[in-house]
Amino acid sequence: MNNATTPVHADITLVVNGQEHRLNVDTRASLLDVLRETLGLTGSKKGCDHGQCGACTILIDGRRANGCLALAVAHDGADIVTVEGLAQGDQLSPIQRAFIEQDAFQCGYCTPGQLCSATGMLDEVARGWPSVVTDDLGSDPVLNDDEIRERMSGNLCRCGAYVGIVAAVKQAAQDREAAEA
Amino acid sequence: MRPFTYERATSAEDALARHDHETYYLGGGTNLVDLMRLGVETPARLVDVAHLPYDQIQLTPDGGLVIGAAVSNSALAADRAVREGQPMLAQAVLAGASGQIRNLATVGGNLLQRTRCSYFQDAAKPCNKRNPGSGCPAREGEHHNLAILGHSTACVATHPSDMAVALAALNASVRVRNRAGERTIPMDEFHRLPGAEPERDTVLEPGDLVTAVEVPPLGMPSRYRKVRERASFAFALVSIAAALDVDDGVVRDVRVALGGVAHKPWRARRAEAVLRGSAATRESFLRAAEAELEAAAPLRDNAYKVPLARNLIVRTLTELVEGTA
Repeated sequence: MNNATTPVHADITLVVNGQEHRLNVDTRASLLDVLRETLGLTGSKKGCDHGQCGACTILIDGRRANGCLALAVAHDGADIVTVEGLAQGDQLSPIQRAFIEQDAFQCGYCTPGQLCSATGMLDEVARGWPSVVTDDLGSDPVLNDDEIRERMSGNLCRCGAYVGIVAAVKQAAQDREAAEA
Repeated sequence: MRPFTYERATSAEDALARHDHETYYLGGGTNLVDLMRLGVETPARLVDVAHLPYDQIQLTPDGGLVIGAAVSNSALAADRAVREGQPMLAQAVLAGASGQIRNLATVGGNLLQRTRCSYFQDAAKPCNKRNPGSGCPAREGEHHNLAILGHSTACVATHPSDMAVALAALNASVRVRNRAGERTIPMDEFHRLPGAEPERDTVLEPGDLVTAVEVPPLGMPSRYRKVRERASFAFALVSIAAALDVDDGVVRDVRVALGGVAHKPWRARRAEAVLRGSAATRESFLRAAEAELEAAAPLRDNAYKVPLARNLIVRTLTELVEGTA
């Protein structure tokens, strides 16, 4: 047992945007801190550091999550995707393209979290996951504007770009459907 | 944050063996990590139980469920059997937190999350729950979102879980392991009223490990409704989990539990008693709601919760009768 003042470190492995990293981390470090401070991936933002704003949203094993609430040591072995990993080389992802085309940001601080959140959210819809505004829990949800607003409520935007964000998510969802058709 | 050692438990026995008085079990961490960052919780050791083989939802032969404690909130809400058999449970989970948090959060952790009373979460302030005997500033201070039922002079906090409210209405039980063996605790007895010991949220003893939640079959329409200060991603001012079985215009069976009103999910047994055998009408629902809320003792700034709870009971039961829920 530690004496409450000496930092404790642990060896972990993370795959981040397809690249494996062997790291020695302070047990107190969040995934967000490791991504930003150790790996220099500063796309993920520290907004509130309490899980309330969503600026730190990343994908952990394919699921969107708050990087600020996830202890790095508890995610040893995880596959992480950050905003830096959404594009394929110079080819922006559908949701990234839609954010530009729909004017879905102003200052851009919340945008990396919005992009990762929307990416994870569209996958949740494709899996048939309901939301609290889904009328019929027995059927697969249809992604209307109310559904988008509810599902994106974990990402705050102080510039108030929400109208553009809803439009961008809708466009990306339609692009995705078209690609699958 | 106080430094701590981290250990990943390999089995329930392993987790129990590693536990001592400075140990916390770690699930998804969405509440615990935040409380550690705030200095409210200061464990010297975390034993990670999120990887134990309690990540399945099993159907029982009678149509009930056994939900593993490590099942994520997202997986629970997405489960087809839950959505069809106990829709109020799926709705309650989906009414809580955000998509990101639900992906991390576990069922066990959801039950054991702490109050969001602002004094509890501020380590610089007195709080009988965080620091027994230090006093309760909420009683005279900021309490518009705190308890109207079952509170004590020591504590007026509310339990923040939506899921637990639905589980209370479902007559669920919590499966718990310790070094002596396994036991189940009825959901309605799992969380405590504060009394003189507000530091104890539940009846669990040190080292107890929640492994599953058992949910009996419901067999009647149900619904979860939540009133909050914004449309999404906010804790309940008042919420309700309700189920109603009506036969020829008469209430045959009913379940009502309220959230956001007490230190525990508030099973509205007085309302249920009034309703059983009564006509399934708005008048009966109103009478039942008023019978339940006779015991309400609102604070200076939260008396609005009494009519809010009353209206929520009446409206939700009415919707269930009309089949619009």
